[in-house]
Amino acid sequence: MTIVENLRFLGHRIVNAVWRIGFASRFFILILFYSGTSFRRFQLTIKELFSSGVMSLIIILVAGTFVGMVLGLQGYETLKRYGSESALGSLVALSLVRELGPVLAALLFASRAGSAMTAEIGLMKATEQISAMEMMAINPIARVVAPRFWAGVISMPLLSALFSAMGVFGGYVVGVVLIGVDQGSFWSQMQAGVDFKHDIVNGMIKSFVFGVAVTAIALFEGYDAPPTAEGVSGATTRTVVESSLTILFLDFILTAFMFQGE
Amino acid sequence: MKRTTLDLWVGIFVVAGLAALAVLALKVGNLSTYNMSETYQLQAHFSNIGGLKPQASIKSSGVLVGRVAQISLDPERYEAKVTMTIDKRYQFPKDTFANIMTSGLLGEQYIGLIPGGDEAFLKAGDEIKKTQSAVVLEDLISRFLYSKAEDSKQPNK
Amino acid sequence: MSSQALVEIRDVNFAYDSRPILKGVNLTFPKGKVIAVMGGSGCGKTTLLQLIGGALKPSSGYVKVDGQVIHELDHKGLYHMRRRMGMLFQFGALFTDMSVYDNVAFQMREHTDLPEEIIRDLVLMKLNAVGLRGTHNLMPAELSGGMARRVALARTVALDPMLIMYDEPFAGLDPISLTVVGNLIRSLNDALGATSVVVTHDVQESLKIVDYIYFIADGVVVAEGTPAEISSSDKPFVHQFVHGEMDGPVPFHYPSSNYEQDLNLRPGR
Repeated sequence: MTIVENLRFLGHRIVNAVWRIGFASRFFILILFYSGTSFRRFQLTIKELFSSGVMSLIIILVAGTFVGMVLGLQGYETLKRYGSESALGSLVALSLVRELGPVLAALLFASRAGSAMTAEIGLMKATEQISAMEMMAINPIARVVAPRFWAGVISMPLLSALFSAMGVFGGYVVGVVLIGVDQGSFWSQMQAGVDFKHDIVNGMIKSFVFGVAVTAIALFEGYDAPPTAEGVSGATTRTVVESSLTILFLDFILTAFMFQGE
Repeated sequence: MKRTTLDLWVGIFVVAGLAALAVLALKVGNLSTYNMSETYQLQAHFSNIGGLKPQASIKSSGVLVGRVAQISLDPERYEAKVTMTIDKRYQFPKDTFANIMTSGLLGEQYIGLIPGGDEAFLKAGDEIKKTQSAVVLEDLISRFLYSKAEDSKQPNK
Repeated sequence: MSSQALVEIRDVNFAYDSRPILKGVNLTFPKGKVIAVMGGSGCGKTTLLQLIGGALKPSSGYVKVDGQVIHELDHKGLYHMRRRMGMLFQFGALFTDMSVYDNVAFQMREHTDLPEEIIRDLVLMKLNAVGLRGTHNLMPAELSGGMARRVALARTVALDPMLIMYDEPFAGLDPISLTVVGNLIRSLNDALGATSVVVTHDVQESLKIVDYIYFIADGVVVAEGTPAEISSSDKPFVHQFVHGEMDGPVPFHYPSSNYEQDLNLRPGR
């Protein structure tokens, strides 16, 4: 009896998940389809750029600096054993540009801006603002959802670039200013090690993909949230969990594609 | 008024992001060394390229003069055919020697160009005839071991 | 019911999944009138508004507004129709990230190309009509419940709709705000020459302002009439509802199994 019940529960969960994926895909296509307004009236997108991009600036800048400083410290300790401290610049920059910049910036963005988007859309739905908009013959996906999506997609690569740049600065401060690695070899090894197309452009492609994934998940969870306080808080949690896992999974896939030919 | 301060902040954000990207590209990355707008191509055959990869640097007297564009196996000669992109500012004599070298003991491999004394210069599409293959560490070690074994055999007997 | 009908609801059935909500209702809303649709909580009144607004489709039957069957309209036609409707949601549903002024101006900016000076005059006129011209700089969070409802009312009539729908406009209001909102519904309807549908369970307030009343229970129209007819009705359901009696055709107890059995009491032991 319990086995049957468990099976039924499991089946129900699976069917539910597939149903949600279908709805999410349809929602994503609707966002793209109704994106015209976000660009025709760019002021709407600018407003969202402020709340998702500018408001995330502080956390990204501070986190980037500290991550770079830790990389400088740990990298120096390890490289010293092999007598190649001069490769510190290359190590710091490569780790940041290829992996840590895009991934950590996206994780921070998901918990800072993504959760806020979910809560905002969820509350608009719970207080019938979305229904009200529909009754005013205004498409809420075009007016409310799509500008947030594009703001997120535009913000993410910029934030990731800022994160990496601050990280390199942090690594420089620790490695060169505090520990005393030779400044010339720090920069020249970095420039020799980091390839523009291979590393920087690929890192930017990563963060663009993460930006699409995080904002799409955040907006979908908000739009799909049950219109109660409990529903909105649950959706906010799901946004952070789902987008973090998605970022790490996509990072693995993208890394496998981009850097396999080495 | 509220709207313009908002625009200002978003503007600062976008400019800062693009500036960070520019710093990454120029200061951290090697975009500044990409500016070989005028280039020409040379070819060379090597019997063994070792660990040479596309985009590896080509140096002459330690100065970066170009990059490896393409590596393939010549189906007739069963040798590696390497296409090199060289900065147009640098011209090399016909009897230039192309050498696959390693930076440091285990570092990256690159092609070193050692100019000869010929009056005529290599033109685009020409082939560098004189090449020396990569030093493969395993070969080196085994050769060393064999000679060591021979050495130790001979005096004993 | 002499004048022309703006909204006709004919034999409409509607079910959520397999749970029937409306079972063949017929309602007619004549032009220029204020009509109340009453019934207990959860009887399908709000569903009725969503059917008129085209947010839901009837399982059978049809809803006709201004001669057009709503569920046969395409997306564009439906949006065109909705521009001529206004709906006041239960708790106002003001856009919380915009000021009062921007809320009222919202539809004018979205749907018209009017210059900002004209929009400004229109917004202030609409706000003045609900007595809240002085609040245009405030945010919705700074308003009391009754004021928010009035601002929402101003936003609802921003584009002078032909049909105004009210979903529980009296819910959660103090007696003064309640009278104010009630009178505004009447006066705005008459001033705009619109037709109003008020979905409510507030009997006393509605009897004062409406022209005609429909009672819905169990998915069917159980009674209808003018306020005078309803007040003097001796139908048990209407009597219970109007006078707020605890037990009657609408039972106090939700259908359940035997009480004694539920408590594990075994009579005769």
